[in-house]
Amino acid sequence: METLGHLGHGFSVAFSPMNLLWCLVGTTLGTAIGVLPGLGPALTIALLLPITYQVAPEASFILFAGIYYGAMYGGSTTSILLNTPGESATIVTALEGNRMARSGRGGAALATSAIGSFVAGTIGTMGVAFLAPVVVKFALAFGPAEYFSLMVLAFITVSAVLGSSSVRGLTSLFIGFVIGMIGVDLQTGQPRFTFGTNELLDGVDVIIAAVGLFAVGETLYMASRRYAGKDEIVPLKGSLYMTAAEWGRSWKPWLRGAFIGFPIGAMPAGGAEIPTFLSYAIEKKLSKHKEEFGTVGAIEGVAGPEAANNASAAGVLVPMLTLGLPTSATAAIMLSAFQSYGINPGPLLLTTQADLVWGLIASLFIANVILVILNLPLIGLWVRLLKIPAPQLYAGILVFATVGTYGISQSPIDLVILYLLGAAGFLMRRFDFPTAPVIIGMILGPLAETQFRRAMTISNGDWSVFYTHKLSLTLLTLAFIGLAGPHIWAFIEHRRRRGPEHVPGDA
Amino acid sequence: MLNRRRFLMSTAAAGAAGFVATHLTPAFAQDAPQIQIFVPAAPGGGWDQTGRTIDQVLRSEKLISGSQITNVGGAGGTVGLPQFISQWNGKGNSLMVAGMVMVGAIIANKSANNLSEVTPIARLTGEFEALVVPADSPFKTAGDFVAALKADPTKVPVAGGSAGGSDHILFGLIAKTVGVPATNLSYVPFAGGGEALSALLGNQVAAGISGFGEFSEQIKAGALRLLAISADKRQDGIDAPTMKEAGIDVELFNWRGVFAPPGVSDADKAAMVTMIETMAKSDAWATECKNRNWTPILLTGDDYAKFLADDTARITAILKDLGLA
Repeated sequence: METLGHLGHGFSVAFSPMNLLWCLVGTTLGTAIGVLPGLGPALTIALLLPITYQVAPEASFILFAGIYYGAMYGGSTTSILLNTPGESATIVTALEGNRMARSGRGGAALATSAIGSFVAGTIGTMGVAFLAPVVVKFALAFGPAEYFSLMVLAFITVSAVLGSSSVRGLTSLFIGFVIGMIGVDLQTGQPRFTFGTNELLDGVDVIIAAVGLFAVGETLYMASRRYAGKDEIVPLKGSLYMTAAEWGRSWKPWLRGAFIGFPIGAMPAGGAEIPTFLSYAIEKKLSKHKEEFGTVGAIEGVAGPEAANNASAAGVLVPMLTLGLPTSATAAIMLSAFQSYGINPGPLLLTTQADLVWGLIASLFIANVILVILNLPLIGLWVRLLKIPAPQLYAGILVFATVGTYGISQSPIDLVILYLLGAAGFLMRRFDFPTAPVIIGMILGPLAETQFRRAMTISNGDWSVFYTHKLSLTLLTLAFIGLAGPHIWAFIEHRRRRGPEHVPGDA
Repeated sequence: MLNRRRFLMSTAAAGAAGFVATHLTPAFAQDAPQIQIFVPAAPGGGWDQTGRTIDQVLRSEKLISGSQITNVGGAGGTVGLPQFISQWNGKGNSLMVAGMVMVGAIIANKSANNLSEVTPIARLTGEFEALVVPADSPFKTAGDFVAALKADPTKVPVAGGSAGGSDHILFGLIAKTVGVPATNLSYVPFAGGGEALSALLGNQVAAGISGFGEFSEQIKAGALRLLAISADKRQDGIDAPTMKEAGIDVELFNWRGVFAPPGVSDADKAAMVTMIETMAKSDAWATECKNRNWTPILLTGDDYAKFLADDTARITAILKDLGLA
């Protein structure tokens, strides 16, 4: 096959000692910046752009690709251990991962996320190498109407994180919508809810909201309850890594996550957040251990979203390499690096710059291997963080969250927002409102709004676009099944065996 | 423990970055001055690239010994501008990168500060815009597009960058020139060029307006058809008429330039203008512009100030028509 030949040539480019070194530097740097909440791969690559004046294109793209994949690995570490997501794509990981860490299975959560990232990253990279032209065709068929229907489907996932009371959960969701509205409205250019503050014109960064609500809120809650009990340090239970049962529960979510993440990542407006939500909802639906979700932490809820997030990271490269379309901030900056070399990224890139593109793809495979080797031994080190007594640990989290947030744009206003949201998170925790729906509302609300209004502008106000487009109709049907299916199923079951022992499912 | 680990980790990261940075910064003659460059946008975007390219060329031409770049991003530059005005006042060795996008953002955001408060040094580059359609569109010429727009503007959805940005402004100017009320236009804003491009490739919209560079590769590959460009004259290697030739009396460059802070001495201002003029005439600058699809449109000092005033008036008028100001 032609592709295999190209790929073989790509490996010969990537395996030169200097390029391997760049890959190692990139993955290490990427892991480190993924851990910090403020620094993301986009910013890091932007700061390293001047490197393009000095080194060969292959070397710099291998470095950038290493940073990009590394950040996806690193982001999950703090989500799991400290409930402080390093990247927006790892917010969902914090939901179950942190609960697992608190019930003594932090090592397993880290291991399933590292190995799942490796599996999904490899599947995704294979997708980039072999399926790119097919996937990109499918991705381009997605217009605003289809995206809106995808958002509707994603909203179904909210029900998976609503918690015990849907009124409280929906309240949280609507708080998220309001926060998501803040800033300049993309469709009309008018500011909303900014109260004349210039810094609010760009909206509230979802990372700041997640760190504020999860980490700062949690810290304040812990501090307020100190008098109530003694410090307890949760001992590690079982194997440091994963038990046989945990392997058995992880592998299917990895694969499912990869197959959800890759195509959505390849869509121009897909992103990494939506596949993680979808994967989480699916795993919760399919899991045989539903009681562990939201209590002691279910490993499926870490394995699936982590795989989805890494596969979507690979997916983002599909439109970038085949069409020259940057669909994420990181991809956009990598494309501007192409321009520094006088290479115009576009549909002809694959033919005119075959060495570069295939070298890049090969180095993604290598980066994945380096990352799993780098991350697995670190788990032993990371879980020791959990042995720190609570006062010191939470003080550390607070410092870490503050420094990381300041790092995003060096704006003091961001710190004010962080602590306001932290206080809100504390109150929500105190009065038993779930915080995850706020984040989901913040991400999905504005996306759904934008796509809906775009669809309406294009169709000139004609609603039929949502059900006359085949893809859109399919997605809406899936959403309907997701919403109504369990109830209909339960009803049928109920009618069939009307036994006294029957307890209605809580799905 | 946490902090030590974190410290070790971040030191490692800083060390790696430091390695790269020192590796990249050859020392130059020490008699040339140090300058400060203020970029009111996040790293990676157009203004940031302009700032970093200025820095690179000034160094290689030995006009400066080094520079420090500060990024204060947000809201089309209107977060950074007040800081540049208040905190950088009188600093003669400083430059801010800005452009047409900021003029629009100041008006649309009703910002308290504007560009008349800073000291214009030079307009450096511009990107002309392109009007494109998908390859299988019925519009063969700009005339077809205008005819459809005149017939029913709501049936001609056009994709481009954010509302009130240069793409939207150009669409408004086109409509105004051919006599279509701006309020009837069906403009579909996208956050970035990539997203707008995918809407065009997926045949979701009738046409697209954005910087020529955003579309050039797709035009070359035959996926998009170029109807007209907003440059002042025909461009080498681009097989399309200007808007004026196509009967639309509009010319627009999405320009970028540099400003000194308020309150700098005339001597400092003159020195800055000379330095930037020398840079703009260098071969290194010409090469960078070519690589990045920037058209050099140098204009300095008072001429630049006059241009700025005219452009601000033109943009204000069209944003009013579009209902954004």
